[in-house]
Amino acid sequence: MIRFLIRRIVLGLITLWVIVTLVFFLYYARPGVDPARELAGRAVTPQLLKNLDKEYGFDKPVIVQYWNYLQRLEPWHFNLGTSNTDRLPVTQIIAEAVPIDISLAVGSAILWMALGISVGVLAARRPRSLWDRGATVFVLTGVSMPTFILGLLLLYVLYYLLTIHGVPIFPKPGSWTPFTQNPLEWAHDLILPWVTLALITAATYSRLTRSSLLETLGEDYIRTARAKGLSERRVVYRHALRSSLTPIITQFGIDLATVMGGAIITETIFGLPGLGQRVVQAIGVEDLPVVIGIVLVASFFVVAANIVVDALYAVLDPRVRVS
Amino acid sequence: MSLTTVQPVSSEVLPEEPAVKGIEGRTPLQLVFARLRTDRVAIASVVIILLIALIAIGAPIFAAITGHGPTDANVDTGTDINGQPLPPGSPGYLLGTDNLGRDILVRIAFGARISLLVGVLATAIATLFGVVMGLFAGYFGGWLDSILARIMDVVLSFPYVLFAIVLVSVFGSSIPLTILVIAFFSFAAIGRIVRGQALSQREKEYVEAAHSLGAGNLRIMFVDILPNLVAPVIVLATLLIPTAIIFEATLSFLGLGVVPPTPSWGNMLSDAETVGFQAWWFYIFPMFFLLITTLAFNLLGDAVRDALDPRTERIFAGRRKKAKVATA
Repeated sequence: MIRFLIRRIVLGLITLWVIVTLVFFLYYARPGVDPARELAGRAVTPQLLKNLDKEYGFDKPVIVQYWNYLQRLEPWHFNLGTSNTDRLPVTQIIAEAVPIDISLAVGSAILWMALGISVGVLAARRPRSLWDRGATVFVLTGVSMPTFILGLLLLYVLYYLLTIHGVPIFPKPGSWTPFTQNPLEWAHDLILPWVTLALITAATYSRLTRSSLLETLGEDYIRTARAKGLSERRVVYRHALRSSLTPIITQFGIDLATVMGGAIITETIFGLPGLGQRVVQAIGVEDLPVVIGIVLVASFFVVAANIVVDALYAVLDPRVRVS
Repeated sequence: MSLTTVQPVSSEVLPEEPAVKGIEGRTPLQLVFARLRTDRVAIASVVIILLIALIAIGAPIFAAITGHGPTDANVDTGTDINGQPLPPGSPGYLLGTDNLGRDILVRIAFGARISLLVGVLATAIATLFGVVMGLFAGYFGGWLDSILARIMDVVLSFPYVLFAIVLVSVFGSSIPLTILVIAFFSFAAIGRIVRGQALSQREKEYVEAAHSLGAGNLRIMFVDILPNLVAPVIVLATLLIPTAIIFEATLSFLGLGVVPPTPSWGNMLSDAETVGFQAWWFYIFPMFFLLITTLAFNLLGDAVRDALDPRTERIFAGRRKKAKVATA
């Protein structure tokens, strides 16, 4: 188990290193990059450029700069550099954006788990019934629906149409209140983004729950449970569902991490200044330190979730003990 | 002699029974098609896909009939007095116009070309790479497998939307790059399945037999093993097409895919954002076409999966029985 964990962590670190390296060289390999000029702003003098080159080490060969960047990632002196546009430390920019993504992730995850699993259970309990057909339609629509279309549709119907008819229930895009300031307002501002993410993601969970639960319900121990005279409800929820949840946990960890690392499309449509919107902005103004920083954080979430999920999997299901 | 005289009599007595004929062996492919033909959902999705393909191929015809090119800003007729887009049903503009007075119908027809092109090409490239990589990894095993499997693991754990955006912003957006980016993030899904299958197939007797007949590794991989993997690959590929279409639309919506003024369903929607919801037609039509296209491909993929899976034979048999009862 420990050897397995160590292997996974090493593989995760390699993944992160590959990602940082790729992004770094992709940006420097482009023609016409002069980071000092980008950093200098409008009042450019040759002297200023020279000073900046010296201060940030832009005059050194790319490979040396790359090495310096990697050194800054060392845990004890962790430093992601400074933004080229507003000169804020990248760690500060990320720290300001992350709460939004965590809020998004937590709220939508509760919704998509509740919705996805209950639709899946409903479908699996009566295969090929009308409920099952309905669940299939739900799943296929969710899988076929691009996130930005669902987001725009919700905005159009629930915000625009309701508001112009004098029923402004939902806030306009761009509203964001920190949880610590006013939890009710926080939830109110996030309802539409939550529903958008949840509906899209829930489809996968219903499909997973349905197939996994159907498989479990065919097992011998379920027949035993029924033969003991347990109620159907108890058989499904206590005996079958618990062991069918393993594949769902795998998917859950990765989805949660992905949203935490920036729900780019949802944030863009609903005007939330999270990691996703920050990285799109940073790419627009070619602010390399911010781009690498956010890509690194987002990848870290995904890689870490993968490791946690693999470990959990081994703990939950004793049959999967990876040597 | 007497047997030959019996046959015509029996067919006269029972005209609704098919004429007695020898039982023909059916190839797996024939079975799959036979099953698909009884599946109304599959037929409907094929029809929708063909219609979209027709619209895509016939896009220039739409332009010729309406007299509006896909990128023509019809300053005189395409906007109202205040320079606002025209609603659907306006003279000459069946689906209305956009913020620059361009014909939405014509742009949607040309957008279908982009969606189908990107969807199919990206999937083809991803499938090709995935199959080759998966076969090599699974068949040879050892260090080659370790390396290839790790590469696929790494690609699968990339935050791919983010990374696609970085790639596109570095190299500048273009259709070929969009296709390559999508293919790059999809091949690993196919590669992993093919690798798993190849791992189990190479232990089978027929591979041993091929070896003993002196077949080379490449021949065994591509001539002997590959045909056994066709079913899962076809299903995955069909389901990759809608994913690729959504990916392209998303990139274009973010302004990182197909470069305006070339119309794609995604960038039409990002243009719509500049006008706002009062021009609802500017949103609804591209959304509708995007959605039915991805839905049709997903439905078809599901149907193909069912048709390829022998365990679902009972469902299809039940359906046929019902169909017979209904027509009787």
